[in-house]
Amino acid sequence: MSTFEVDLHVNGSRRQLDVKAEETLLDVLHDRMGMSDVRYGCGEGVCGTCTVLIDGDPVSACLLLAVQAAGREITTLRGLEGSAPDGLHPLQRTMLQLGGSQCGFCTPGVILTAVSLGRRNPTATRDEIRHELVGNLCRCTGYTKIIDAIETYLGELGTGPIDAH
Amino acid sequence: MLTDAVVRTSTGRVVGQRHAHHDFIDKVKGTMLYAADHQPPGMLHGRVIRSTVPSARIVSIDLAAARDLPGVAAILVADDVPHNSLIVRASGGLGELAIEMPILASDRVRYTGEPIALVAAETQQIADHAAELVVIAYDELAGVFDPLGAMEAESPLVHDEGNVLVKWHIARGDAQLGFARADVVVEGEYVTQLVEHAYLEPETGVAWIEDDVVTIRASTQVIEHAVEIARILGLPSNKVRVVAAYMGGGFGGKEDMTVEPFLALLAWSTRRPVRMIWDRQESLAASTKRHPMVMRYKTGATSDGRLTAQQVEIIGDAGAYPYLSARIVFAAAVVACGPYQIADVDVRSLAVFTNNVPTSAFRGFGAMQVTFAYESQMDRLAEALHLDPAELRRRNFLSKGDVIPTGETLQTVVAVGETLDRALARLGELPVPSAPHKVVGRGFACNMQPYGRTIWFRDQASAWLTLQADGSLLIRSGVTDLGAGQAASLCQIASEVLGVPLAMVSVYIGDTALTPPAGGTFATRQLYMSGNATLAAATDLRGRLDPVAAQLLGCAATDLDYVDGRVLAIGGGSLGPELGLSLAELVSECARRGVDTSILTVWHADVGTFDPVLGQGDTFPDYTYGTHATDVEVDTDTGEVKVLRYIAVHDVGRAINPMRVEGQIQGGAMQGIGYALTEEIVLDQGVNNSTLFTNYLIPNASDYPDIEAEVVESGEGRGPFGARGIGEPPIGPSAPALANAITNAIGARPTRLPMTPERVLGLIDTTRGKSWNHK
Repeated sequence: MSTFEVDLHVNGSRRQLDVKAEETLLDVLHDRMGMSDVRYGCGEGVCGTCTVLIDGDPVSACLLLAVQAAGREITTLRGLEGSAPDGLHPLQRTMLQLGGSQCGFCTPGVILTAVSLGRRNPTATRDEIRHELVGNLCRCTGYTKIIDAIETYLGELGTGPIDAH
Repeated sequence: MLTDAVVRTSTGRVVGQRHAHHDFIDKVKGTMLYAADHQPPGMLHGRVIRSTVPSARIVSIDLAAARDLPGVAAILVADDVPHNSLIVRASGGLGELAIEMPILASDRVRYTGEPIALVAAETQQIADHAAELVVIAYDELAGVFDPLGAMEAESPLVHDEGNVLVKWHIARGDAQLGFARADVVVEGEYVTQLVEHAYLEPETGVAWIEDDVVTIRASTQVIEHAVEIARILGLPSNKVRVVAAYMGGGFGGKEDMTVEPFLALLAWSTRRPVRMIWDRQESLAASTKRHPMVMRYKTGATSDGRLTAQQVEIIGDAGAYPYLSARIVFAAAVVACGPYQIADVDVRSLAVFTNNVPTSAFRGFGAMQVTFAYESQMDRLAEALHLDPAELRRRNFLSKGDVIPTGETLQTVVAVGETLDRALARLGELPVPSAPHKVVGRGFACNMQPYGRTIWFRDQASAWLTLQADGSLLIRSGVTDLGAGQAASLCQIASEVLGVPLAMVSVYIGDTALTPPAGGTFATRQLYMSGNATLAAATDLRGRLDPVAAQLLGCAATDLDYVDGRVLAIGGGSLGPELGLSLAELVSECARRGVDTSILTVWHADVGTFDPVLGQGDTFPDYTYGTHATDVEVDTDTGEVKVLRYIAVHDVGRAINPMRVEGQIQGGAMQGIGYALTEEIVLDQGVNNSTLFTNYLIPNASDYPDIEAEVVESGEGRGPFGARGIGEPPIGPSAPALANAITNAIGARPTRLPMTPERVLGLIDTTRGKSWNHK
């Protein structure tokens, strides 16, 4: 089994690690770097609980090898920070206020996917939000409150003084 | 206990508010630590080695190659388990078999996926590789995969004791006389499927030895399994501790033990920390599932739409081991007639062994499968009587004080009619089809679902509250949290009574060593049980604080109000400052007087008995009622069902946190929609063909519309502040509401779940040549 020395850029900090060829980015982030906000859910790239942003785009960390992520900007949920005193990103705040989280297991992936949508299409409609979220399964909420939270966040992006992360 | 004492609270200051507090904050930040997130130093990785055949004798197990693999720390088989047997406590049903379930199979396997051996290794990759190197030789035996077949005399036996695990019979009046009085009788057979819980967090835990105690931190609904784990290890109960992490969903699938005994065995054997995560494919293949049921219904009514009689036969597929099947088919029997007054009833239910993956608890617990049947029957009856289906139901709804088939009198208001009226009013006009080859239809369904454990189990829960020197509050409760806010609701209840701001309340849950027993989180029981325990504890604590505060403020104890961390005399006391006392000042005065501000209270549910021979007696504490209504559009070329609108209304008595209540309703309804339309674990001769998330289809965000949830607050329930449980109830009405809507659209009735495009198209084909415009 070959081992590679890679530079991982995670949430703005850099770390050099020896990784095996077959190690997924999920394994490295969760088990070796202690990023508990990147979670195993299916290992098939279907459920989206391991979503991270790579150079701003949502990716399933279970399907990416750690070596493939070397040198790219990796953002996990905990890398999103708002400037508000509570430290919450605006979407974290609407998720909190509108009940978009129940068991919370899918929440990091959902938020990262939606933040990425907001950057690409800040005027996304409710149907476009639904479509964007097909790769983030949630078994608790029935999605309605998640979509409410994202819709409200995007609305604030369009109008408000908001922290446009 | 002082639970009946009159305590004045500013009711509604905290309870009834949409607070986003406690676990929600960690969840949106991503800082919540689930069971897999705890990694003690030196941790090994565990894996279960499972049967690849559904029915066989084990001829040999060759561990040599796996043991030789560098990095393997332990491989365990049946002989390594000190007490290799689990007997599910008897439910009390008729003819119930006492079946032992091995922790690891030794000589015989009864389903594909049955655990045979365990491995622990330095990395997950080594553990997985070792599992592949274990060679198991089988002598395959005939199996039985259909519960009806398993009931036949010549069927292969899953267990030597027999294939019928248990029978229940609930009877009231004389069904034959009831049918004789009927002007119309309709009959139907309904078939439901094997379904996966599909929580996003699979079965997971970490175990380690600490102070010679086997400690297991797992994703579990029931920490009380610690006692069984100790028995398996041959240890006294005080040597096993179970800690429940906040779960990434459970839905009943973490009510039975999953990883816990395996982790305990591996940690005990290696004396090192061990983590085990069932991967998704293993979880889909081998975890317990929802019971497929065959339900045969015969329902009679008079020409003016009064139900006279119902006869029901329910056959549930238990799979290869008992788990909770006996209790599930019991619950199915108790509510088999739904929220309707029927004088003459005869209900039989039974659970049958097969060589399929075992079935057990799953949100709805038997009471949801029968909803599909009884609500389909109601629409059939309405059609036969040429009555509006809503009107037929209104003529037969149960009311408070009515006697249900078990002989029990309903003690709280039945607001099912209001849920029906609200759901239908919200739908408005039926939309027109969007294309010539499409048809639209409307359907609805009502349900009743028990909350609280079966009465004869003498349920109890405890809560330990400590008001600290600075006026902050600690709540300790053995409750486990599925993600529905079980812990957070306790904070709201205590805050309401004691006036401690939510930010000053901490709740510690789910630890057999440190929190007082609350029973598991299942049966929609935790708000009812631990909520009442917390209310009782807070009320008892007020009973200690009030005399001290009243004396300091110079007012009657009944004139005290606890709000925002202070105690006030309403209208002003004769002594003391106008702003009252801070809780810190009150605690300080209590300490000076020797009044203890820490209290442990045990709350007991009603007790009663059930006679399984007569089929009469005490069953469940109370019920939650609701109605779902939906508009669908069916593509007559493809059979595809598009859900256009979906309304879900439930009476929750009193909403402790309306936002979380709506979330329960929306999530339950959506799970029910998946159950109705797409979800099915497909077994082929006991071999699971649905072991990927790519072919087991749970709803995604774009499959269905918003769930429009509405909360009715009748003010009458048996939980704290008049609340009813809402965890399980919202999953029940989805399938019959959709079946009734599809029937309304295509003119043919689906009686088998899930209602896939293929099946709906098959039904459409039976109507070809008929007019679509049947409505």
